[in-house]
Amino acid sequence: MTTADLTLAARQEPTVPTRKTKRIDWLGLAITLALGIVVVVPLVVVAIWAFAEVWRYPSILPQEFGLRFWEATLSRPDVWQAMSLSIRLSLTVTLLSAVICLPAAYAFARLDFPGRNLLFLSFLASHAFPKFGLLVAIASIFLNLGLVSTFWGVVLIQLVGTLMMMIWIPVAAFQNVDRAMEEAARDAGAGPLRVFWSVSLPQAAPTIGAAVLLSFVGTFYETEGAWLIGAPEIRTMPVLMITFINNQIVVQYGAVLSVLLWVPSFFALMFSRRLVGSSSFAKGFGV
Amino acid sequence: MAQLSLKNIGKSFDGTDVIRDVSLDVADGELVCLLGPSGSGKSTILRMVGGFETPDRGSILIDGQDVTLILPEKRPTGMVFQSHALWSHMSVADNVAFGLKLRRMPRREIQAKVADALGLVGLKDYGTRRVWQLSGGQQQRVAIARALVLEPKILLLDEPFASLDQHLREHLREELRDIQRRLGITTLFVTHGQDEALALADRIVVLQQGDLEQVASPDRMYRAPETRFVAGFIGSMNFLACDMRHGRADHPLFPVEAPVADGPVELAIRPEALTVAPARAPQAKVHRTTDYGSHLLVDIDLADGTRVKAMCPPSARFAAGDGVTLTADRVTLFRGQKKLAEVSPRPARELSHA
Repeated sequence: MTTADLTLAARQEPTVPTRKTKRIDWLGLAITLALGIVVVVPLVVVAIWAFAEVWRYPSILPQEFGLRFWEATLSRPDVWQAMSLSIRLSLTVTLLSAVICLPAAYAFARLDFPGRNLLFLSFLASHAFPKFGLLVAIASIFLNLGLVSTFWGVVLIQLVGTLMMMIWIPVAAFQNVDRAMEEAARDAGAGPLRVFWSVSLPQAAPTIGAAVLLSFVGTFYETEGAWLIGAPEIRTMPVLMITFINNQIVVQYGAVLSVLLWVPSFFALMFSRRLVGSSSFAKGFGV
Repeated sequence: MAQLSLKNIGKSFDGTDVIRDVSLDVADGELVCLLGPSGSGKSTILRMVGGFETPDRGSILIDGQDVTLILPEKRPTGMVFQSHALWSHMSVADNVAFGLKLRRMPRREIQAKVADALGLVGLKDYGTRRVWQLSGGQQQRVAIARALVLEPKILLLDEPFASLDQHLREHLREELRDIQRRLGITTLFVTHGQDEALALADRIVVLQQGDLEQVASPDRMYRAPETRFVAGFIGSMNFLACDMRHGRADHPLFPVEAPVADGPVELAIRPEALTVAPARAPQAKVHRTTDYGSHLLVDIDLADGTRVKAMCPPSARFAAGDGVTLTADRVTLFRGQKKLAEVSPRPARELSHA
């Protein structure tokens, strides 16, 4: 290396602003607190209910804590079946969605074909209309096809719900990939498929990872479709929770299941914090 | 070792001709600079040679073989992009090795070639670094190594140093010139910087609006521009409008004689061809002087209001408002775009060049 380059390297070092404003942003703090209360308090209440055995009106904390309802819930085989079913369903849907949507997203981002914009917007359609009506219509079709109350019937209906997120976010991610990078790979001798696999996909990976995680969590908690199409045979965790709440006045069953349901989102959040910087996430939305 | 021919190529985008009708032969081992203002089509030509655009008309030949319709991945060309276009998810060595891996070369051979290529651009020990850990100049060197390691017949560079600062640009330019000479690789270099073209090229191609304006060596391009555009585009040039009458220009300061038909002409004079002398009976007035260290650039207002630039030795002393006389060593006459004549009004003196 030469001195000229050395001096340049030194000069190009990103300058980190060291001066920070000492003043506290009270308005920002107030908004954060208000939002925090609205988001956190219900969660805390549910969490407390899950461990409460006796909790009567005027007292702020339960009179008796205990794990009775946990034992009762966890000893039920249908809870474990629902948990394993929910995980299998979400994995299948997310995987299928990725296989279908990622190449499609790449096509939307890089190719120009007739009807491109119309087709692109059509992915909004499933979210633009009242979902329940749509689901009832689909359910009647599925009934004729013998898909109601089957695993793959639920997979199909939940797949529809993931399409928008798995198309729109990756399209933005692929559009952000420098075209010259792809051209450089072509120049080095890679065919279009190889370019996609070796350059475009890894470049867009952080944002796509976020979309995949969101789809997984979204599918895990999806209730309406799973209930309408899956009942009575296919009972996912959220569906089971609804039955629990509907059939029993005991709050604790619902609370315990709800806390159990936090597990996947907790892992998803931990994972996404490691995988995805907030900047690449914002990039995916074109911010 | 390869020879490149463009035969009457043309390209239109949305009905407008970006490239009209360009023919060019690049000899084996030659470095040709495509030079022109933005929108002149220089990058489009380069991208057509690389295979990223397909010409609408004409053909591209490498070593006599027609490659016009061959896909970029099959073409024996290697391209360096302005934005370096390194793959930021790979290490430096993986960037360079990518094309070799695609060719299913044995691992040992790949490692040796990558080391050679990185050594060539002076980045021997940088293989394990990430792309973003390198400075701008180093990134562009890796991009050059990545293109060279595949031993392309034609090396294409699309304004590779445009985003670097002046000092580093000059430095890398010299390095590239050395590497190109050593490998004897046929090279096409796109730039909008005339200094870059003058410093690098064996031959310069000046383009304007999709047409070849002039193809010549840097020396001839500067000293004998064929069109008014080239005269104004390469280096700085004073243009003085006047009329020819009976073989003599009617300009009060430069009544040059040339065998040219009567009519309006422009006298084109380089700043260094002007000699400025203090005068009792001034023809012109100094407006401002700028000291560049190696030379003095003097802006002079003529009686008719036109301003000319003259290059003077640094020892010259002029102040704003000084009356001066001007003499020209060498004057080129243009009518419209066409060059009519070149005259030396008095015996040319040896120019001390900056």
